[in-house]
Amino acid sequence: MAKSFHCEIVSAEQSIFSGEVNQLVAAGMMGDLGIMAGHTPLLTELKPGPLRVLGESGDEQVYYVNGGFLEVQPDLVSVLADSAVRARDLDEAEAESARKEAQRELNEQKSDLDYSRAAAELAEAVAKLRTLDQLRRASGKR
Amino acid sequence: MAAAKEIKTQIGSIKNTQKITSAMEMVAASKMRKAQERMQASQPYAKQIRKVVGHVAKANPEYRHPYTLDREVKRVGYIVVSSDRGLAGGLNVNLFKAVVKDAKAWRDKGVETDFVAIGSKAGTFFRKYGGNLLAAKSGLGEAPEAKDLIGSVKVMLDAFDDGTLDRLYVVSNEFVNTMTQKPTVRQLVPLVTSDEDDDDEQPRPDSWDYLYEPDAQALLDKLLKRYVESQVYQAVVENAACEQAARMIAMKNATDNAGNLIDELQLVYNKARQAAITQEISEIVSGAAAV
Repeated sequence: MAKSFHCEIVSAEQSIFSGEVNQLVAAGMMGDLGIMAGHTPLLTELKPGPLRVLGESGDEQVYYVNGGFLEVQPDLVSVLADSAVRARDLDEAEAESARKEAQRELNEQKSDLDYSRAAAELAEAVAKLRTLDQLRRASGKR
Repeated sequence: MAAAKEIKTQIGSIKNTQKITSAMEMVAASKMRKAQERMQASQPYAKQIRKVVGHVAKANPEYRHPYTLDREVKRVGYIVVSSDRGLAGGLNVNLFKAVVKDAKAWRDKGVETDFVAIGSKAGTFFRKYGGNLLAAKSGLGEAPEAKDLIGSVKVMLDAFDDGTLDRLYVVSNEFVNTMTQKPTVRQLVPLVTSDEDDDDEQPRPDSWDYLYEPDAQALLDKLLKRYVESQVYQAVVENAACEQAARMIAMKNATDNAGNLIDELQLVYNKARQAAITQEISEIVSGAAAV
């Protein structure tokens, strides 16, 4: 069995998860990160995206994180999310329609301000869909 | 009978006041529960970010962020968190006393002070007291939102960034329990490494550093700004819970005092009425004896 480490996931509103985990997969600013016990100290910003937690007993949980920070210490990993929800609480239809809406706005391209906002919305909606995809894969494995 | 009637109206007016204070007590009690829930909900984040920032302050990075460097103190800033409304006992007064004491200690050393007032009570106080007020924010309501505070916090951080302020404090009430609220002055920047949160710390080599993604400067800038914002937000939410608790206790005392006052006046009234009756009887009796 792999070595485990302590992981704390908090959002601005509440504490989401706290416990021993074997592996954590997060969407960092520079790409996806897989973190296991004994990782070197690391500090990074998170993109909107899925956060996968592999528990000690091999169970997998997926969360959706709307940006934030990730800190890795030798025996402790903290995720400071702006907001976070359990992936199964996400609404797929809503995310899909948000994606289409953002895509449409992006294509119309009214002004620069609208453009960056629409781009951010699109990134968020795509991240939500990616989270749901991972959740499906996780539950399919079981 | 004139005295008795006066006492009766006085009792009536005290009874009315008592009704108001007891209603306010109950309102404050229910609001306090909600405010406490809000305070507890955002506590994990504030605590965790304090832990992370504590680690950052202890790291030995190649890039030193200005917030982690102690510089010579020429001017300090206070973010004073107060309530919007009064009738909360000594809550705000005790807080202002703590600020003034702390500010005076600095001034004796020749250090200037600036203030940011959150809550209308602090605004009023500093206009009277004559401190140098950089910004004021009031009307946050019962559910303060982090985004409402960003402006006032930014004023202070900008002043720190361009070197006008060398130290930044947040002053607010700490919620010890329903009966006790403690005014506290906490240093925000430069960061202080407190040992209270280090429960799982292991000794390790003196020089270690993080891997930063994307780069240290931008990342630390964001993280530390977020840290200050979250600490101020936590102070505001906690102060809101303190306000309701203090009001509840103040109103409970007022209701109890009104009860005591009514009891005393009732006694005086009864005596006055009895004296009037006795006098009347003796007048009738002496009148009858004369006939």
